[in-house]
Parts: sequence; structure tokens; C-alpha cells
Amino acid sequence: MSITSATASELLAKMNAGEVSSEEITAACLAEIARRDESINAFLSLQGETALQTAREVDRKRKAGEPLGKLAGIPVALKDNICATGTTTTCASRMLEAFTPPYDAHIVERLRAADAVLIGKTNLDEFAMGSSTENSAFKITANPWNTKCAAGGSSGGSAAAVSAGFAPLALGSDTGGSIRQPASFCGVVGLKPTYGRVSRYGLVAFASSLDQIGPFARDITDAALLLETIAGKDQRDTTSLDAAVPRYTENLEQPLKNLKVGYIEHLHEEGLHEDVQKATQQALDVYQSLGAELIPVELPHARYCVATYYIIAPSEASSNLARYDGVHYGYRAKQFDNMIDMYAASRGEAFGDEVKRRIMLGTYALSSGYYDAYYLKALKVRRLIRNDFEQAFQKVDIIASPVTPTPAFEIGELTDDPLAMYLADIFTTSANLSGIPGVSVPAGMSQNKLPIGLQLLAPPLEEERLLRAARMFERETDWHLKRPE
Amino acid sequence: MSTQLTQDEVLKVASLSRLKLSEKEVTALGEQMGSVLKYIAMLDELDTSDIEPMAHAIEISNVFRDDQLQESLPRDQALSNAPQTDGNYFLVPAIL
Repeated sequence: MSITSATASELLAKMNAGEVSSEEITAACLAEIARRDESINAFLSLQGETALQTAREVDRKRKAGEPLGKLAGIPVALKDNICATGTTTTCASRMLEAFTPPYDAHIVERLRAADAVLIGKTNLDEFAMGSSTENSAFKITANPWNTKCAAGGSSGGSAAAVSAGFAPLALGSDTGGSIRQPASFCGVVGLKPTYGRVSRYGLVAFASSLDQIGPFARDITDAALLLETIAGKDQRDTTSLDAAVPRYTENLEQPLKNLKVGYIEHLHEEGLHEDVQKATQQALDVYQSLGAELIPVELPHARYCVATYYIIAPSEASSNLARYDGVHYGYRAKQFDNMIDMYAASRGEAFGDEVKRRIMLGTYALSSGYYDAYYLKALKVRRLIRNDFEQAFQKVDIIASPVTPTPAFEIGELTDDPLAMYLADIFTTSANLSGIPGVSVPAGMSQNKLPIGLQLLAPPLEEERLLRAARMFERETDWHLKRPE
Repeated sequence: MSTQLTQDEVLKVASLSRLKLSEKEVTALGEQMGSVLKYIAMLDELDTSDIEPMAHAIEISNVFRDDQLQESLPRDQALSNAPQTDGNYFLVPAIL
């Protein structure tokens, strides 16, 4: 096992045994980034010097026997829409190219308190709008398994960083699948917690009723470790939930008894790739072999998820992104006629195509005469979608499904057809609309040697059940042990 | 519903959105928004007359906290990312 392919838990054990230092681990990650990130483009900025300083300080504390945090000395990468002092938070947008936040996000405070080593900021689709990281204003992140293919998105940089050996852990945000989909494409674990489980304070807002921060890791144990570090109530995000945070790592190895796994019938109607269908079926077989009961569930409104999502998310985005006016922060155009023109010119010059498209769609859906037909209608269908899950979870403990209809597509394959790109979100948006937690677990490999993920969904605040169920699968398979190259 | 937004419709939404668009963008957005709206129209199949809208995944309201005096962001930090300031205020073009 090399340092750059090890899990965080393995590295913590090695550091505690005195076999390796945080400085060595951090230096190894930085060396791997220097060697390969030119072809992957996972990072938008690196904090190598401060990372090494933090690592040395953690090493000193460990040697001196001082109390250490849960992630002491572990390098962690942050999606570049999560604010951290001391460096830029660009959201991969020209609008925020020079923006240096004056405060830390809640989860960054938690990571620093846990003695994690913040190593760099990762690439994303501009303002997290996209499913391929091709909408970044600065670079396109390649899939470490095949650099011709997309890493997925919007948290493509974080997924690629964990997959490529650049950092054992990373944080992303998931508004319609932006953690689970790139995790699936890159062959790592990615978890979207229950809405409100993790504070959004310091996460640059895209669609506030859907956005949620979550972990990327090389296995379920690490995802549990990172989630228990960042979860919990924070007064600065009024939607964060005041519910006790279980120690997710504690019971992880205990299989769930009498587990009922729900699955969706007739999936082939959705244009599902043969390899994905096969991997999903094989995963269900694994659960069956472990004694779980497989039960078909009906989600009658699942086919309306993407349409509902692409009204609600752009509507919220059009409102959230109104703040970029070239006054308090962000880009200001050089030439304009008056105040209103300054707004329009600054925004027109600094936002990319997809961001403009979503602002336009959202503004249209919210505008006078269309509000009832689009926005209100979507909010009503959103309830129907959630009711489907409430009914399904009366019969089953978790629901298993594909994460995406296909393995990673090629870079450029879908960029000319926004609607086709949106349809890649068909299995993931429902969790955001319903607020339930979901995880993508490595569960197969396509004939073209691209990873395939399995999505597991659970009722609100049942992350512990979700992680234990995922761990049951992981113990029986070796997909999570495969590394690119 | 037509599959394409007219140029006037696109320009009206662009004005509401405070987005200055090129001619090329106006044409492309008319087509792209049209195709997305056409897809979204599938929601019309559903009768939702008796359904309460769901604005939020976790339906909590009126979250209060103690009203405590706290330090606010220092002025120099608040101004540090602004495109134009005089050291005391954000500067904008004349409004009147």
C-alpha cells in the first residue's frame, strides 16, 4: 500500500504507530499532484506551503502527546465553492476569480478543529451548475481512469482528486447529484447527507433548498469518519438540523439484520447502459446472498424528477445569483452606461453559458404570468416525489439504484445538448428534492474500464443505516480497492 | 407550446435577469430554453390541484436564536473584495 492510495483510516493508524508522519503524507500527495494534475486538472489552487506547515504542527503535537482531532494530519481537498480564509474561492467563475473570503465555512472550522490538513481547492462546474466539470471557466477535469472521459460534476475536481491519489478525503456539494455522480464516474465513495445534516454556512449558494455538503472518500469507513466530523447544528445556517450526530464509524462493521432492500423495476425504460444494469443487478444479488430481502418499490413520480428539478434549481439560482452585481465583490465590467447597465454588463461578461442559461430559465419560471405554471407546479410535484419515498420507506429500509444511466461519458460528448446533460441526473435529483441522504458506492467496472457506482438511498437522518448497509456491500466486494492506472 | 422562445421573449427575460447578451447568445438561448421548457411541460400530465406546494425539504419555520451582541466584519475586510472603494465605502456609478 502506497501513501497516495491508502485510506485516511489506514494513514491515521500508521501515523499513530509512528510509521509515517503527516509531513510525509502531505508531501507525497503534493508530489503526486505535481506529477499528474497537469493531465487531470483536479485543482484550481493549491495551498502546499500552509499544508506542510499544518502537517509539521500536527506531527509536533502527536510527538508531544497533545490531544489531536479526528483527522489529525490527513490531507483534505475542498471544492472551490466552500469558503476558507487565506486563499481564493472562485466557484470556477470569472465572476469570483479574485474573491478571497474573509471567513471560514462552518465545515472548514470543523476540519481545522479536527487537525485536518487543507491541501487545495478543487475544480467544479461554474457555481456547481453542471454534471461534467466542463462548465468551469478555468479548466476541464479529466477522469483519472481515462483522461478522454469526464470526471462528472459538478464536484468533479474533488472526486478526481480522491480517485487519482491526490488526497485521501475531499468535500463536495450536491444539489442534484453533484457528489454522487462524479463519485460514480471516478470510482470513489460520495455521500450526500440529509438536507440540514451539515451546515451550509460558507458554501456559496446555488439552490438553497437543495444544496448539501458531503464527503468523498476511498471507502465507506472514511466517508463515515468525515461525515461525523462535519455534521451537526450550526446557528448560522437556520436550516441545519438540531439532531444528535451519531458516531457513524462506531457500528459500521455490524451488518443490519433483516435488511429490506428496495429496488426499482422497469429501469431499462430509462435508456440504461447495459453495464450499469448488470452492476446494479449484481449488487442486488450481493445483498440477497447476505440474507437481505429484495422488494420492488414503486416511485410513480420518478420520471418527473428532472423536470421538477430544472424548474426549482434554476429558480433558486436566479435569486441567489442576483447578489453578483459588481458592487460588494466579484467582477465589474470596464465599460457601461449607467448603474443598471453596469450590473448587466458585469454579469454578461463574467458568467459562463450554463450559469446564464440557468439564471434565464429561473427568471422565466418565476416571472409574472409563468410563476403558477412552472414554479408553483414544480413545488407541488416535489411533494408528490417526496410522498413516493415516504410510502416506499414504509416497505423497505434502503433503496438501491444506479447513480447514473451510463458510465463516464467522453469530454465534449454532451456539451452541445444541455437537455441531454440534464437527463444524466435522472437517478440523483430525487434525493435532493426529497431531502433524503444518498451514497454512491463503487460497484462495478464497465467493459471500457470505467467505474460504475451503486446508489443507496435512506429516509431522512438515517445516514447510519445508509453507511452500514453500504459497508455490508463493500465488505463482500473489492471494487473500492481498485485504483486507476 | 412553441419549442422556441422569440428574440423579444429572450430579451425581456435577459433584462429581468440583468444579463447583457450577445446576438449569438440570444439566438442560442431561445432554442435551448425552448427545448428545456418543452421537456418540463410533462408536469402538465399531473393533476396537482389538491397538493400543497413543498418549498423546502425539511419543513421547519421560525428558527430563533438569542439576540447576542457580536463583533461584525471589520470594515477593511468587508471592503477587501470590492471592485471599487474609497477605503470607507463601496463606490458605484452615479445613480441619479
